[in-house]
Amino acid sequence: MKKEGASAKTKFFKPQTRKSFITYAMVIVAFVVMQILSSGGYISSMLTGLLVPLCVYAVSLNLTVGILGELSLGQAGFMCVGAYTSAIFSIVTSETIENVWIRFPLAILIGGIVAALFGILIGIPVLRLKGDYLAIVTLAFGEIIKNVFAALYLGYDSKGVHVSLKSLSNLNLEPDGKLILNGPQGISGTPNDSTFIIGAVMLLITLIIAYNFVYSRTGRAVMAIRDNVIAAESVGLNITKYKLITFALTAFLAGCAGALYSHNFYTLQASKFDYNLSILILVFVVLGGIGNIRGSVIAAIVLVLLPEMLRSINSYRMLIYSIVLIAMMIVTSNEKTKTFISTNTAKFKALFKREKVKEAE
Amino acid sequence: MGFLNNLINGISLGSIYAVIALGYTLVYGIAKMLNFAHGDVIMVGGYVIFTCMTTWGLNSWLSIIIAVIACTLLGIVIEKVAYKPLRQATSLAVLITAIGVSYFLQNMALLIFGEKPVNFTSVVNVPSIELFDGQIVISGETSVAIIVSILIVVGLSLFINKTKSGRAMLAVSEDRGAAQLMGVNINRTISLTFAIGSGLAAIAGALLCSAYPTLQNTTGAMPGIKAFVAAVFGGIGSIPGAMIGGILIGVIEILGRAYISPQLADAIVFAVLILVLIIKPTGILGKKVSEKV
Repeated sequence: MKKEGASAKTKFFKPQTRKSFITYAMVIVAFVVMQILSSGGYISSMLTGLLVPLCVYAVSLNLTVGILGELSLGQAGFMCVGAYTSAIFSIVTSETIENVWIRFPLAILIGGIVAALFGILIGIPVLRLKGDYLAIVTLAFGEIIKNVFAALYLGYDSKGVHVSLKSLSNLNLEPDGKLILNGPQGISGTPNDSTFIIGAVMLLITLIIAYNFVYSRTGRAVMAIRDNVIAAESVGLNITKYKLITFALTAFLAGCAGALYSHNFYTLQASKFDYNLSILILVFVVLGGIGNIRGSVIAAIVLVLLPEMLRSINSYRMLIYSIVLIAMMIVTSNEKTKTFISTNTAKFKALFKREKVKEAE
Repeated sequence: MGFLNNLINGISLGSIYAVIALGYTLVYGIAKMLNFAHGDVIMVGGYVIFTCMTTWGLNSWLSIIIAVIACTLLGIVIEKVAYKPLRQATSLAVLITAIGVSYFLQNMALLIFGEKPVNFTSVVNVPSIELFDGQIVISGETSVAIIVSILIVVGLSLFINKTKSGRAMLAVSEDRGAAQLMGVNINRTISLTFAIGSGLAAIAGALLCSAYPTLQNTTGAMPGIKAFVAAVFGGIGSIPGAMIGGILIGVIEILGRAYISPQLADAIVFAVLILVLIIKPTGILGKKVSEKV
């Protein structure tokens, strides 16, 4: 009994709870610091507006890559869905719901839910594949979503809603009608609702969802499937169900990120959500550590802010990112470097322990 | 006649896709990895030819030969530096590395040649053929693309089935471990595969840039992905499959652009990929591989 009590005292929280609370605290501290920096004019408000969607997106991709163990290159497509649907919602309701604090969370939720529906629809065929095929098919879906949105015209007038995939003149909009989607020119008239504080709250909610998901029964099942499909199947896990849940969840988060993103801009083109955006986020995830949610957030914050502060390296930024991707993979996945690192960290830790022992003596 | 012209354009574009798809199919069949950077090697080939012809004033034959040599070397270097250390790693790690290499090449080209697209001078000087009093025009680029792709497919099939190194490639693609036990040098075979694939990419670059004469750092990315779609469509690992898939994808793209919607042409090509993978994941000529425990 006594022993148990002692261990309960030292481990007041479960390790995972402690881990997640450190992350929440870190986000709050980062928020306060950045708020001070931006009120002092050191970082632009545009940047703080963009940072949160990128962080949320990075967490979403990290769940796909780290927990599901598959690379999705079409996450930008879900972000695009979230951005468009939430922006349409906000434009339509901007007169009926005047309170930003009600309208914007609703918009985020709608963006996320529609993206999750897309995730389920796309996930059913896609999740039968794996590895390279899954990556290329998600890339294909992302491109399809982007291309269809870029060809979509949508407006409304007294007669109702008009939709066209061909051209603006095919829309037959009355002169007093309101145009929302203008094909390749994208959405226009999105209210600028995305404030940094709403973003920070959203990021906290995302992290709470992500951590609780990873440590839940479902999350552990998904990780079991990632590590060994056949073993997981043989203990009776429903592979498709768990994969689909994860995929829908990541699509939901990407959709929320899209909603946060779109409400920074008065106009937004679908072409923004291209393959390059997927790669940028992949760099965040890889640099932060695959499967490490906190790492993704840190990497996203650092990699968004750093180029802003070091403008001289800006033209080399993408080149450096690509080298980071290659180098990280070689360092973490090559057998020789892996053993090199693990033996050296073991030696390093042993060095510390010995010193502690000496101190105690 | 409009339809026939579109069909010819489609076959022309498709032949270029076929040459690119051959590179994908070889590397996927033998190294079992998706070489994302393949499309960007095409772009590098295009820039080498552009530099040779426009800046140094060399003739087109010499430029193409220099580009093939440069891309072959580039392919070998990429394989040695980026992919070889990851031979035992998970496919996820290899895929991310390949994306990194692709991104590296694109941004290197961006730094060297700038963002502005350059005007590529066609390397083809074959006169165009006019049929039915000029109602159907087959440009020199089109006929050259079709002939070159057929020659490459035939040559490559002969190389793989008749020569010793070609048969080694077949053996490695069948069973890497067994091939090694039979005395096949795995590393050299994989390097050879990358060399051939990248050399073909240089030729594809010459054809692509002659047919669509603007060249910028992202020129290779989209054709590269579409050619992968073509390789999957035809059955990955199969050389005739790459040819069939390439031509079908080219025709689908051009007809989609002409009759459905110019903006949705890419979406249609990708929809084909998704349909193929759902209905027949092994493609038209692919072999079925069952999973081992």
